Amino acid sequence: MPKAIKESKELSKEKKERRIVVPGEVIVSGYDYLAGEGCIREDKDIVAIKYGIASVENNLVKVIPLGGVYLPRVGNIVIGQVKDIVFNGWIVDIFAPHLAFLGISECNTFISKEDLSTYYDVNDIIIAKVKAVQPRSVVLTMKEKGLGKITSGLLVRVGATRVARIIGKGGSMVNTIKEVTKTKIIVGQNGLIWIKGENAESELAAKEAIQLVAENPLLDGLTEKVKEYLEKKMKLEK
Amino acid sequence: MAYTKRFDGRAFDETRPIRAEVGVIENADGSALFAFGDTIAIAAVYGPRQLYPQHLQNPEKALLRAYYDMLSFSVPERKRPGPTRRSIEISDVTTRALEPVLMLEKFQNCVIDVYISILQANASTRTAGINAASMALAHAGLPMKDLVVSVSAGKVGNSIVVDLTKEEEDYEENGQKMATDIAIAMLGKSKKISLLQLDGNINKEELLKAVDMARKVSSKIYQAQMNALKEIKKKWL
Amino acid sequence: MEIAKVMKKTIVDLLKQGKRIDERKVDEFRKLDIKLDISKNAEGSAMVELGKTKVMAGVKIDLVEPFQDAPDAGVLIVNAEFMPLAYSEFEPGPPGVEAIELARIVDRGIRESEFIDFKKLCVEKGKKVYGIFIDIYVLNHDGNLIDASFLASIAALLNARLPKIEKVEDSYRVVYGEKTKQKLPLSNIPFMTTVFKINDSMFIDANLIEEKASETKVSIAYCFDKNKANIHAIQKLGSGTFSYEELEKIIKLSQKGAEFLMKNFLSKIGSK
Repeated sequence: MPKAIKESKELSKEKKERRIVVPGEVIVSGYDYLAGEGCIREDKDIVAIKYGIASVENNLVKVIPLGGVYLPRVGNIVIGQVKDIVFNGWIVDIFAPHLAFLGISECNTFISKEDLSTYYDVNDIIIAKVKAVQPRSVVLTMKEKGLGKITSGLLVRVGATRVARIIGKGGSMVNTIKEVTKTKIIVGQNGLIWIKGENAESELAAKEAIQLVAENPLLDGLTEKVKEYLEKKMKLEK
Repeated sequence: MAYTKRFDGRAFDETRPIRAEVGVIENADGSALFAFGDTIAIAAVYGPRQLYPQHLQNPEKALLRAYYDMLSFSVPERKRPGPTRRSIEISDVTTRALEPVLMLEKFQNCVIDVYISILQANASTRTAGINAASMALAHAGLPMKDLVVSVSAGKVGNSIVVDLTKEEEDYEENGQKMATDIAIAMLGKSKKISLLQLDGNINKEELLKAVDMARKVSSKIYQAQMNALKEIKKKWL
Repeated sequence: MEIAKVMKKTIVDLLKQGKRIDERKVDEFRKLDIKLDISKNAEGSAMVELGKTKVMAGVKIDLVEPFQDAPDAGVLIVNAEFMPLAYSEFEPGPPGVEAIELARIVDRGIRESEFIDFKKLCVEKGKKVYGIFIDIYVLNHDGNLIDASFLASIAALLNARLPKIEKVEDSYRVVYGEKTKQKLPLSNIPFMTTVFKINDSMFIDANLIEEKASETKVSIAYCFDKNKANIHAIQKLGSGTFSYEELEKIIKLSQKGAEFLMKNFLSKIGSK
């Protein structure tokens, strides 16, 4: 047993570098590995079922998708657009395969008026949290601080698979952008991002930085590069 | 006169130069271009997304819809825009060719739309389209068991060849049509066949030889698809 | 999907300061790229990239019967397809109102500027003339499809060569797949620029978000002859309105845009 574990540790050391895999490609071979997200076990092989970056850590094999629509998870903060109003709530487009529903019982204000459109109207943009994910629909909630309707600022849309990079490890990337441009940024896990700054210039600068990160996800030292670029830009604006 | 040398000088088991790229249509969830020499196809994927009207929805899995279309100027004699019986048939066999690799149970009630457009045609358009669609589906982040690889094969004169051109499809000897055209699609890794169509006159041994040649050549196409997906353009300002 | 109310407010606020969400000026075009001869079976073809908007135009030439009231003139037919692969809201099917309108606007710009000398496209008076078919295909929609389509069509016409024709019995027909080296009889090149209006602000070359927030669009086609600017076609789209003074501004802005296109167009396509 110990020998087999030793072997797999060596293999995983090799695979620490970022490697792009395509569906059907064998990532690693060996019965000690566990197929995580984005891959499955086929006899002794762990095979990718998504196009993305393969990572092997402590025998857990994952594929982090490089593209594709947003797949909702419980707890995700999302920014969506109201599509329709029904008697007990709002139908929201969160740019996922299925539509989402926000019930009146999940609002953070007490709903007293009969006309729900006075609270959130069709085409309004709202920040909400994913409460439940069902096979054919998503349930939203607003029962948390910071959630509600957006009425000003700038909206940016990026691919959902780029969100992690935009947030960065422990928030390092998004915090850098916020600090240098002095803006408030809320990143929806579904790829919609809201920016609010003191003026249009700072909002536009933050937007540009976010788009640059989204378009260059695999570049090394990205946080530093973004910081440099923004500092230069904010200086020019002055 | 037997067909011993191909019109463009290729070997019998050689495809035309392959060109494969992903990310050619920004708005799409996934997109790709694939070309066999002069035959150029682009594919764009939108989905999974909500399917309307509701009665088409399948509560067990997503619906895959492929649409094949030729641009009016992709062929020497202008083709009127709009679907034809031929394009509707090709759309259907394309859908069937791609379905086996997709894991559709994960997206109930949804639809995945694949739009294939032929920008320039010199035969083997449906196979180029399937190759582009396969890359586009992967590029769109859909869960798939494998890529799909497609190529044409056939008999021109007495020779078994792969990747036929229009000239080869129309080959005649003494005023008689002497070409058999076979469209094949298979899963890239397992090489299991998901599309097989034939037009012409051929016996069992020749057919099996053609399919086998297609299988051998499929690795090259599979490699081109993989390389296109793995090439991420690095740019900074 | 209608433009989010939030974005419209932001766009309007920025425009009041003369700014746009992609940091362009109101009279500035996005990056323009033109490629010729992108589809070899077409008699002429071009692809235009205006920012992320991608449009392809192809010219097919055939021999057709002339119209009864113009027995010695060639024929022009312009068609546009908003392909579903270009945008999530485009659906498969025949061209809708917007696509038909775009095709007719492009047609008008080409026809009224007399860019093509139709009298030189007669093969047999009353029987056979050259029919020029321009097919416009939108590949990626990021706003301002009209200007991109017009440029692609003009480029495709400049790229086009007449097909070989042969006499068969007492009639003529095209030898499909064989081109001559003969260009189309073309004269002064027309240029079209669309002006977009949101509230009181006006700008050109809208991207998709700006276009969806616009209430009015005015497309104008020009031909420049030495120092004179001749207007050959105008189309107002959308349900907004503009005043007489605003019309003057629209003309000024669109002319500036068309002049820019004229200066850059020829250098981008070379001397083809």
